[in-house]
Amino acid sequence: MTKIKSLADLKKMKSDLQSQISIRQKSENPEGRTLIRIGMGTSGIASGAKQVMEFLMDELEKRNVDAIVTQVGDMGYSYADPTVEVTVPGKDPLVFGDVTIKKADDIIEKYIKNGELLDGIIPVNYETIDKK
Amino acid sequence: MHMLVCGGTGCRASASDMLYESLKKEVQDNNLENEVQVVTTGCFGFCEKGPIVKMIPDNTFYVSVEPKDAKELVAEHALKGRKVNRLLYVDPTNKEQISDSKHMGFYKKQIRIALRNCGLINPENIEEYLAADGYEAMGKVLLEMTPEEAIKVVLDSGLRGRGGGGFPTGLKWQIASKNEADQKYVVCNADEGDPGAFMDRSILEGDPHTVLEAMVINGYCIGATKGLIYIRAEYPLAIQRLKIAIGQAREFGLLGTDILGSGFDFDVEIRYGAGAFVCGEETALIHSMEGERGEPTFKPPFPAQSGYLGKPTNVNNVETYANIPVIINKGAEWFSSIGTEKSKGTKVFALAGKINNVGLIEVPMGITLREVIYEIGGGIKGGKKFKAVQTGGPSGGCLTEKHLDIPIDFDNLIAAGSMMGSGGMIVMDEDDCMVAVAKFYLEFTVEESCGKCSPCRVGNKRLHEQLDLITKGKATMEDLDKLKNLSNVIKDTSLCGLGQTSPNPVLSTMENFYDEYVAHVTDHRCPSGVCKDLIRYEVIAENCVGCTACARNCPVNCISGERKQVHLIDQVLCIKCGACLEKCKFNAIAVI
Amino acid sequence: MELIKLTIDNRTVEVEKGTTIFHAAKKLGIEIPTLCYMNLKDLNIEHKPGGCRICVVEVEGRRNLAPSCATECMEGMVVKTHTVRVLNARRTVLELIISDHPFDCLICAKSGNCDLQSLAIKLGVRDIPFQGEKSTYKPDFSPAIIRDMDKCIMCRRCETMCNDFQTVGVLSGINRGFEAVVAPAFERDLDHSECTYCGQCVAVCPTGALTEVDHTKNVIAALSDSKKTVVVQTAPAVRAALGEEFGLEAGTLVTGKMVAALRQLGFDYVFDTDFAADLTIMEEGTELLDRLTRHLGGDKEVKLPILTSCCPGWVNFFEYNYPDMMDVPSTARSPQQMFGAIAKTYFAEKINVKREDMVVVSIMPCVAKKYECTREEFATDGNPDVDFSISTRELAHFIKSANINFNALPDEDFDKPLGESTGAAVIFGTTGGVIEAAARTAYELHTGKTLEKVDFEALRGFDGIRSASVDFDGVDIKIGIAHGLGNARKMLDDVKAGRSEFHAIEIMACPGGCIGGGGQPLHHGDSSVLRARAKAIYSEDESKVLRKSHENPSIIKLYEEYLGKPGSEKAHHLLHTHYFDKKSKQVLLD
Repeated sequence: MTKIKSLADLKKMKSDLQSQISIRQKSENPEGRTLIRIGMGTSGIASGAKQVMEFLMDELEKRNVDAIVTQVGDMGYSYADPTVEVTVPGKDPLVFGDVTIKKADDIIEKYIKNGELLDGIIPVNYETIDKK
Repeated sequence: MHMLVCGGTGCRASASDMLYESLKKEVQDNNLENEVQVVTTGCFGFCEKGPIVKMIPDNTFYVSVEPKDAKELVAEHALKGRKVNRLLYVDPTNKEQISDSKHMGFYKKQIRIALRNCGLINPENIEEYLAADGYEAMGKVLLEMTPEEAIKVVLDSGLRGRGGGGFPTGLKWQIASKNEADQKYVVCNADEGDPGAFMDRSILEGDPHTVLEAMVINGYCIGATKGLIYIRAEYPLAIQRLKIAIGQAREFGLLGTDILGSGFDFDVEIRYGAGAFVCGEETALIHSMEGERGEPTFKPPFPAQSGYLGKPTNVNNVETYANIPVIINKGAEWFSSIGTEKSKGTKVFALAGKINNVGLIEVPMGITLREVIYEIGGGIKGGKKFKAVQTGGPSGGCLTEKHLDIPIDFDNLIAAGSMMGSGGMIVMDEDDCMVAVAKFYLEFTVEESCGKCSPCRVGNKRLHEQLDLITKGKATMEDLDKLKNLSNVIKDTSLCGLGQTSPNPVLSTMENFYDEYVAHVTDHRCPSGVCKDLIRYEVIAENCVGCTACARNCPVNCISGERKQVHLIDQVLCIKCGACLEKCKFNAIAVI
Repeated sequence: MELIKLTIDNRTVEVEKGTTIFHAAKKLGIEIPTLCYMNLKDLNIEHKPGGCRICVVEVEGRRNLAPSCATECMEGMVVKTHTVRVLNARRTVLELIISDHPFDCLICAKSGNCDLQSLAIKLGVRDIPFQGEKSTYKPDFSPAIIRDMDKCIMCRRCETMCNDFQTVGVLSGINRGFEAVVAPAFERDLDHSECTYCGQCVAVCPTGALTEVDHTKNVIAALSDSKKTVVVQTAPAVRAALGEEFGLEAGTLVTGKMVAALRQLGFDYVFDTDFAADLTIMEEGTELLDRLTRHLGGDKEVKLPILTSCCPGWVNFFEYNYPDMMDVPSTARSPQQMFGAIAKTYFAEKINVKREDMVVVSIMPCVAKKYECTREEFATDGNPDVDFSISTRELAHFIKSANINFNALPDEDFDKPLGESTGAAVIFGTTGGVIEAAARTAYELHTGKTLEKVDFEALRGFDGIRSASVDFDGVDIKIGIAHGLGNARKMLDDVKAGRSEFHAIEIMACPGGCIGGGGQPLHHGDSSVLRARAKAIYSEDESKVLRKSHENPSIIKLYEEYLGKPGSEKAHHLLHTHYFDKKSKQVLLD
């Protein structure tokens, strides 16, 4: 290891290393960041929820979108699995049903980035997981 | 995905290092090394339910995880993305499972400044510390600020010493900076002596670099090039991590000569203490480091004038130091916006006793005891009634119901008859006898007094003996007056903080629970049923079914009675161990 | 010097900056009691651990009480020394100390001379409200000093003397809390430590925790044995201090009364160690001249400086600390031992008494002498040259117990021949005296001229380390003097490192020399007592007709009749000794 010889060196080093732990720091402070939850009940997994989740995780990082992806239990909308709940800061949570890879891509590009609404929103008697 | 495994001493005692190895192995076996990082971190504070494993990014908080759970965690959570429900934390009040730690009552009201990196970074990896803004404050101070400017930030922040004294840190630095000398020293007091307090240990174990960084800043501010960390030898893990941290910091050029090209030299050495409580007092600590007997000496001269080897020395506690880099980075104004008028920032407390969530917490000054006990602490264990809370370690006072809504800060606690101390907080319930509690603390101070001054050496011994008489029902009302006078004289005349505070448990319990003292003295009765000499176990005839469980479990065979007949306890032989009470399923044994 | 004005007990006082409340109060005539504070001004020893907490006072604006001995005065300070709060605290602390102290005052060696007892009397302590456990320790009986730590009040004065002043480093605080006590390392006995038995710990102990081994009983037994001829010798420093025990002012010479008292006590011969001091000068002076002559003649092997060897504490000190320099000190025995050797040979033969029927008692200002007379090399067939050594304090008790009205005694003279002495001998009792006495004789023997001015003022005084040059008829003799073993260590380290230019060095273990010995009446922290004693010593010297050792007729006669000449074989056999490496002994014990 070469020594850090100046403040600039130090700052550069930090920015190189930051990604290592930023994921941890951000998970503590989700306010101001988009929260994506994926229903991972048995039916969700059976209908491809895991692939959707992996796609979202990879792509969000690649496209530099500040969002947290977590899995939750069955959301109770098995008819529409895989289901994905997206909470954009300042907005009410939305649940998308029948999410495919394509649709997941749309969620990132259209809804999260541009705020456009998509098809397949499950609007009725909605409660977030926390309240259930 | 990151799996953060607590590597603090508490969780290690419950095999968290084996858990870490098991998780790593499972991750390897499942070929997930690229996706899942298993990281050892410092203490999460929720020691009640250790070992802790936290999953990132979804922030799932697993408690009481055993090495054998590794397989399931990896298979279920990492691979399938399903939470392992049985390892989730269950809220004791509403019995609900909580997955995300920020929804736990324990964490809700906490603000983590000193503990910011504990449970977040791998303490044995300087890169993680650097990634978390590490050494940035140091760089800023060394290269962009004069010592006076940096001291001013600390001064303006309102930070006060976290070791117990509450002396303004900036002022201490300023005094030390103004004393001219060819050599000065910076000393980190890591001789955590309060029984039950372990914040310093947790910081050193979880974030050792923050202390090193702060010491460099301190050295620059007062003109010292040598730093010493006085740590008790009973903290092997903290020592090991400190050594690793010092080694890495030197390797990266963050300790040593010409740090970051600033021209400033600073290096740190570790000194070991034998774990004497009194060595937390700064003059005693310095004498101990000099190889002398660890005894306090009269101040002045203050260490800032004549300290280690007679040179100006600034002594700060670990937690105090842990605040410094954040204060420099975020500014005095930010720090002073947290807390009360005269006590700024946060304080780490070691929450213990009859409380649901035992552990290490960091809360803003000004939070009430009620919030700490009922929200963070999750209330009293077993739904019992709150009786008192002891703050400030063995020489703090016991506060009661009426103090629950006082905003906690240095001055309020003293006004209420206790003190901040280093942050011990022990909760007592209705089953605790306050005389016995006072006696327990005195036992500690009697052991830990250095013996230099008469009131502390002999006085505390006599206090303890008097309390012992009371718990045995052998004291008189006159003795209570003597006890009070003696307590006041010890406080008034002792040389150092130990003796000046050691009678606090007696005085505060006498103040708040005088009835209990009187009951012991006049009625020879211990209202809480704790003091062995004043209680007896008796069989309640109408409840006794003659199951013989009590008789079978009595270690001294003092319970007689035929099967299906009412039993009888021989009071002469009974040693009052309470085994019968514990074994009786019919509520037929009573403490009288 | 900056002056500070403050108020103590409603009176204004002005003191120099840095003065403590204790001293400011003293200036107003207010004596604040203390048990640990000690200020030996003349020796530059100030011991203020702030440990006993008896001297606490109330300072306006301060949360707790302040120890007056350690708290510096500040401008405008308002101090109260006897408020209800202060008096209650002081009494309570005293009661606490007494509650951990044996109640055996009636039979305590320090009774009547104990600071703790005096304070209890002063404050009128009548009961101890806190009964409880007392700390108990195994008593430690060494040949010279008894440690009864049950009586220790942790004032730590002994530590300051042992470590800071004497640099012997035997005593230190050990253990914690209630069990804390002062002891040698690993709680060894003194006998198994590097203790020199200088007795300075005994001299400053406020209680009966440290006392000398009492041999009075043995002396009484010898006196009452009709078969024994009991001979007593009195050291020079005793006569300058004994009177203090009888209420006389410090510095009152009581030589004649002391002789009378000893006679009344029944000693068969009352002799003087001064006689042996003159003899010491003959032997040591000859050795000095011999080494000096060889040195001046270009002999590179000769060891210089020569070190005096009269002080047993000092001899112990270098045996422990400088075993590689054992050929440096003079081989001359101390006056006490020279006296014993001559009494049990020359004098015993003269009066036709068998050695074993003679008992030699010495009255010494010293406790190390008790050890010295038990050294094996100072005995013949197991019969010691000096049987018992008792201290000035023990003698005083003995006189009191015998119903002797000391102050009313007539002055009497010593017996002859071993009671005859010169002024050179009496000054052995104070620092610088031995070397001055040696200089008087060495000058005359070396130059063959008569010394006109016998007073070497340059060698006198109280500075811990002094040096002077004496002109030996054109030859500059450099003389060093140290008293106190800490000062001795500095000198010795210089000698060891080859930095010393001295030809001769006098070393005394105790502050002020023998007048400040561990067996003297207690000075209770008033070191001016030592100066008064020194003055008395010099006045006795001045009053003598003969002031040079070699002019002592009894000494001349001793050499003529018995020894031949100084340094003769017989003189060597009886009057010289050799030293032992105690460091190695110490290592073996470990």
